Amino acid sequence: MSKKVPQEQYEKTISYKFRQWLNGSKDPYLDTVEMKPQVPFCETESERLQREEENQQLAKKVYDLEHNAEIRLFGKMYKVFSVIFCLFLVTMLLIGVSYLPTFGHPENPANNEVSERYIEKGLQETGAVNIVTGMILDYRAFDTLGESHVLFIATCTVLILLRLDKKELQKSNEANDRIYEPKNDVILQTAARILVPPIFIFGIYIILAGHLGPGGGFSGGAVIGAGLILYLNAFGFEKTEKFFTAKTYRRLSFGALACYSLAKSYSFYTGANHIESIIPLGTPGAILSSGLILLLNICVGIVVAGTMYTFYVMFRKGGY
Amino acid sequence: MDFVRNFPFMSIILSLFSGPLTSILNGKWAKRLNTLVIGTVGIMSSFVLAYTLKTKQAFVYIMGHFPAPWGNEIRVGILEAFMAVFFCIIMMLCMMGGIAEREAEIEESKQNLYYIMVNLLLCSLLALIYTNDLFTAYVFVEINTISACGLIMIRQNGRNIEAATRYMIMSLLGSGLLLLGICFLYDLTGQLLMSNIKEAVQLLAASGQYHVPLILALGLMSVGLAIKSALYPFHAWLPDAYGYSTLSSAAILSSLVSKGYIFLLVKIFYRVIGFSVVCESRVINILFVFGILGMLMGSVSAIKEKDIRRMIAFSSVAQIGYIYMGFGLGTEVAVRASVYHILSHAATKALLFVAASGLSDSSGGSRHYRDFTGAGYRNKLAGVAFTVGSLSMVGIPMFSGFISKLLFAQAAMGHDRKMLPTLIALAISTVLNAVYFMKTVIRIYTPVPESAAIVSQRPTVECRRVNWKEQPAKSVSLVFFILLNLLLGLNSEPLLHLIEAGLGMFE
Repeated sequence: MSKKVPQEQYEKTISYKFRQWLNGSKDPYLDTVEMKPQVPFCETESERLQREEENQQLAKKVYDLEHNAEIRLFGKMYKVFSVIFCLFLVTMLLIGVSYLPTFGHPENPANNEVSERYIEKGLQETGAVNIVTGMILDYRAFDTLGESHVLFIATCTVLILLRLDKKELQKSNEANDRIYEPKNDVILQTAARILVPPIFIFGIYIILAGHLGPGGGFSGGAVIGAGLILYLNAFGFEKTEKFFTAKTYRRLSFGALACYSLAKSYSFYTGANHIESIIPLGTPGAILSSGLILLLNICVGIVVAGTMYTFYVMFRKGGY
Repeated sequence: MDFVRNFPFMSIILSLFSGPLTSILNGKWAKRLNTLVIGTVGIMSSFVLAYTLKTKQAFVYIMGHFPAPWGNEIRVGILEAFMAVFFCIIMMLCMMGGIAEREAEIEESKQNLYYIMVNLLLCSLLALIYTNDLFTAYVFVEINTISACGLIMIRQNGRNIEAATRYMIMSLLGSGLLLLGICFLYDLTGQLLMSNIKEAVQLLAASGQYHVPLILALGLMSVGLAIKSALYPFHAWLPDAYGYSTLSSAAILSSLVSKGYIFLLVKIFYRVIGFSVVCESRVINILFVFGILGMLMGSVSAIKEKDIRRMIAFSSVAQIGYIYMGFGLGTEVAVRASVYHILSHAATKALLFVAASGLSDSSGGSRHYRDFTGAGYRNKLAGVAFTVGSLSMVGIPMFSGFISKLLFAQAAMGHDRKMLPTLIALAISTVLNAVYFMKTVIRIYTPVPESAAIVSQRPTVECRRVNWKEQPAKSVSLVFFILLNLLLGLNSEPLLHLIEAGLGMFE
């Protein structure tokens, strides 16, 4: 509507056409458009039933997995392509390996000043007769610190996945035959009685002598963990829970990892700030030697043993 | 030596130590400790950033009594310190945004396990940022992978366990390829320290010796990290993992975990192989092609998706595609754009996840796109936040996404062969982004007619108004995310200088 020009003239102006287009009553290509107000959606009972039935039929047809040719084709192609992919990867890696420097050649790039210093000065600088232990717990201790936390976090993930609440645990105990434990198998119990103490002692020896000979926290911890599992199998949860529960594990692993972190923080801090470390290296070959390595080995051993045992218990029962 | 130089080491050890400490605390104290740790690390990292900006050079920190090739060391430059600060801010906001969801969805007795995962994730991210040693990087990649699995499956229903299994398999494949790549490099150079490997690789590349295994190692490492950060054909694990895990996990996974791997890849390109060698190899062309495919296919999948969380997750695939396309261009400017996009995407994607959960709070907890009709009126702050995030993703000026798209386009200009594909892909991808994000924005601002009863095949959702005071932590985190987005979008110049200086320090 316009006040200054007559209606007919006004209808010819651009602004009027633009307004019509904006209102949706006229389309420049289709001419006048009939506008219908939106009606609320409503349907009768029979229509609704029919629609639902159609939906169900559709779902049945779509999810009919047994007679679906596409899925079967996909399954077959999946197998073929995975084999092809694996072959491709294997070939590529083998070709790559064939170009690498000859294995064991003295001129190889890997035989450089790094390994030279590890071998020649390792004993003198770390005090560990076992060079490997000296390397992982002193030269490259930061990596091993990370590695022991990998174990810790792996246990936590298993706990997330498998741990049951106390109430659920009781329920599941009643539902299955674990309640009849221990089975009181005489052969197993006698064997365990004889074997478990030497296993523990051997594990402790491996941990304590890690800096003197082959061994260390990882392997010794695994041996002790195996001993704990054997003991558990022979005598049942009642006996083991007297000295080893989830709480014990949490505290032990916290103590060990905290000890490790603190000890290594001290040595990182002093090393980076060029402060003389007060920890003596001792005489190589003695049990109390090579600085912090013995302590770190014990910490790693505790974590590994606890981890192995906890894994076993979690998979078997879901809590302790 | 200045005392500030100890801070990177201290922040790594602090977050590492807080992991086992959390295991003997209960849920409430674990949460407090977690907040404290993230805050402290953030503050320490900002001191480090200020220090590196002042001295204008990177410094090396020896981890132990033995210098570099024998012992471990970390190296701190401007970009590293900035990334640490940025990651801490994002992590803090993600954790704040998801408090209510965590309490509702995680069993009481497993609350503290969640915080162990978060603390160790922070530690591994810091170590990936700072490390100067390839093997240390691998060790912390392991921690990162396991904790990410834990974050996904802490909410225990079938979909999450399945998602975690998928994530684990794909991620372990990625770790394996990375490890193989590191082994190849070690065999060729005899070093694990990044700077030493680079020297040796430069010599090898100049002499043309061991060309095949060198390229293979580069390819293995790139592909491994690409799988872990969900580049297009390897993204199958992503939608479920982001879509069904608890809110703070989804936000952290999308904005931090994948970005940590990408940052490691940038470090490998610059500090291990040397950028010129990388550009000469054909590996970047592969990254380029898959990046562009990801940009398009990710958006197409997102358009098809009706579940809003999964839609945002698919949009991540597209955004990761942008980043790899930037690497694929193989110029300094393009890598700068990619690094900027890491920041922009981290800030925006977490914002979208938190905002979407706010909208779904007001729509009876539904996640279906159709039920969001009018949600922007019911939860005003979340509506605004979602709009900001969408505009940023589409690339509207003022928001962070615009700057990164502009940078990518600038980087592509004048590139002899890749200019046209990049520009076309950017254009198509922008339109596709607009299709699904604007569709959602229009949907949340469509008023629900009072009289007409909504008849749908599903029972009507319970709509209610959500005041910002209902979940103050979420509201605060949304406000901060919006501010961060505007900051990145309006104040990009100093950040770009910072990234340039930081990448310059990588040499």
